[in-house]
Amino acid sequence: SAYKDKGNINVVSKDMYLLILGHDVHFHDKKIALLEAGPRKEYNHVPDTYSNRVSSISPGSATLLSSFGAWDHVCSLRLKPFQRMQVWDACSEAMIVFEKDDLDDMGYIVENDVIMSALTKQLDAVADRVEVFYGSRAVGYTWPLPSHSCGTSPWVQIELADGRRLQTKLLIGADGHNSVVRKEAEIKNIEHQYDQSAVVATLHLSEATNNNVAWQRFLPTGPIALLPLSDTASSLVWSTSHEHASELLTMDEESFVDSINSAFWSNVNHSDFIDTAGAMFRSALSFLRPSGSAVRQLPPSVAKVDPGSRAMFPLGMGHATEYVQHRVALIGDAAHRVHPLAGQGVNLGFGDIACLAHHLSAAAFNGNDLGSLKHLLKFETERQRHNVSLIAAIDLLKRLYSTKLAPLVLLRTWGLQATNALPPVKVRTSLLCRL
Amino acid sequence: MWGGGEAARALIRTVGRRRAVGDNHADLSLQAGLRGTLQNRNWKIQLKACSTLPVPLSEMRSSMLTVKRPFSTSRSSVDPKEIKKFQFLAQKWWDEEGEYSALHSMNDIRVPFIRDTLLNMSSNYHLGSPLSGVKILDVGCGGGLLSEPLGRLGASVTGIDPLEDNIRTADQHKSFDPVLAQRIQYKSSSLEEIVEESMETFDVIVASEVVEHVADLEMFIKCCSQVLKPEGSLFITTINRTQLSYVLGIVVAEKILGIVPEGTHEWEKFVPPEDLEHLLESNGFSVKTVNGMLYNPLWGSWSWTESTSINYAMHAVKSGAQGQSSPTDAPSEMESKHHSATAGTAV
Repeated sequence: SAYKDKGNINVVSKDMYLLILGHDVHFHDKKIALLEAGPRKEYNHVPDTYSNRVSSISPGSATLLSSFGAWDHVCSLRLKPFQRMQVWDACSEAMIVFEKDDLDDMGYIVENDVIMSALTKQLDAVADRVEVFYGSRAVGYTWPLPSHSCGTSPWVQIELADGRRLQTKLLIGADGHNSVVRKEAEIKNIEHQYDQSAVVATLHLSEATNNNVAWQRFLPTGPIALLPLSDTASSLVWSTSHEHASELLTMDEESFVDSINSAFWSNVNHSDFIDTAGAMFRSALSFLRPSGSAVRQLPPSVAKVDPGSRAMFPLGMGHATEYVQHRVALIGDAAHRVHPLAGQGVNLGFGDIACLAHHLSAAAFNGNDLGSLKHLLKFETERQRHNVSLIAAIDLLKRLYSTKLAPLVLLRTWGLQATNALPPVKVRTSLLCRL
Repeated sequence: MWGGGEAARALIRTVGRRRAVGDNHADLSLQAGLRGTLQNRNWKIQLKACSTLPVPLSEMRSSMLTVKRPFSTSRSSVDPKEIKKFQFLAQKWWDEEGEYSALHSMNDIRVPFIRDTLLNMSSNYHLGSPLSGVKILDVGCGGGLLSEPLGRLGASVTGIDPLEDNIRTADQHKSFDPVLAQRIQYKSSSLEEIVEESMETFDVIVASEVVEHVADLEMFIKCCSQVLKPEGSLFITTINRTQLSYVLGIVVAEKILGIVPEGTHEWEKFVPPEDLEHLLESNGFSVKTVNGMLYNPLWGSWSWTESTSINYAMHAVKSGAQGQSSPTDAPSEMESKHHSATAGTAV
């Protein structure tokens, strides 16, 4: 049967990495097809209630979104900047504060739906180059042989559930951590399911505050984070055991709110030994650097939960051993999945697409075949170098903080205290945390 | 203690499987290494020491001028054995990691060279297709390795090659891409054969890794001049005739490393840039640029260098008003001298 479309690039999307490529000048004569399983979603006005799925957008990701106009839409819809991030340990007094000296924002909490809507709007601006197939599902992929041989198509062929067929020079798999593109391309994925689920919910605070701090406390069962949505509302991301997560989901709203407040305020996991050792270390540090340590603030107390906003999903980590193959590239969660404790998942994905767009743009300006492994490997090398260290660090943090064992608690207590007191180390840690 | 490094390594593709990707920093240091060796004139020894071999890679393009219907002269400028030796290679053009990998990677510098030179000379720039509207003749197009990127940049390209096999390979490869199918046309033909029908037709001629295979270089240049529009550009990349190019291009590349199939090149046909420049200038061209090119076989990548002692690229512009010498002109003294040497070593 005849192939209907001969696109230059196809993107199979599940997540938010729609099409940043469409805006690049060197792509002005390239056709891009975007396969999106869901329907078209676009807000003209945001709904009154907040979505329970939010992302922490780093300034770098915001710059990327600005570069093609989508950030303006985000700003006109809804977002909440935060200037400070406080991370502390449930087993000791140890804490670390990241903040900007100037008045710049450290990051933004944005609902995923808002980002989607902004990108959808911006896609319309490049409708001549980017065709979006909403509600489409790919049912078959035919991969080309690495080197051209007579008779067979040198491109990737995609069959859709409705019978349409596409072929493309480059297939970008942005279809999430269960990526079908990755499986079909037989790219190995190293995965590990954490013994944790994340509980998300939209919360209302007891009283209005500036609410410009992102809070995260490491409990032995997993980190709990309170991310600002407005002066009176925050979003919860609580990673905990599967059983506890199920309990949190089914308990009545009042008990749920109590559990959250107690998770942020309780000192039941403290031990005298760690407290003493921590206090001694802190005073030693303050002797070395009298003004080094940042001030500890107290998180706001939660008054109620948005009815119906509670949800849970299992957590895991994963990393594709290869991000690219001949005519295939994986980005976002299809290439790497991380624990939400550092709020980096979406920023890693945006970093991928910025890097891929850069290399594809250079390739296009050189007249290269966009699906050639040569420049795709440059993308892979650059991103793996960046992502692997970050993924390993996040995994390590998750493991380090999932214990009450005194030596490890002491180690992380001192580590956090020292980091908090020493600006150069903190700057580096902060950079790590912010991509 | 945490074994984080090992875990990290396990997460990424094994280094052994990775194909070489050019790395600018590495290239620069290796390049500096070579320049040093050249200055020392002690390169044989140093070459081993620095373990990088900037090997001249030929395009294995076939000879430009065929036996059939030679243009306006009874004299055949074709080397029949040249044609034979390429026939068995024609299928292998499009494997980026295969025999022609060095040609594929040469695109990384020759395409920008052509593109940027033309962009600097023109005033309008089309987003996404910078060479839009430019008519290019790719002489000795082979499997279309250079025609395709130029076509993707918007140029309308005519690729000619005397070898039917090459043209079939090139034609088939572009046919899958509707854009290229429209912008590129290939023709199994010699340059001489198309002169009559293509007088002053092209804005640009590209002859990449070709002139070292041409038997009659001056006739080749005269033909180029005839099919070029006034003020048209001629781009040539080729290999110099120096001791270094003999050692690297033939001894090392063909016999030791086997990067280039044996018998691809005849050193005596290599063209020194001064000779080429002289030939061009005396045939109504004005030479604008001569740049040295350096191949790094470790990274499989090319870079620009000051030295033209191995590979080099040249850009010349056909003078506007001046009338061109007629194609029946006798070859110059120097040119015939040049080729008597070739004849002496033939077979």
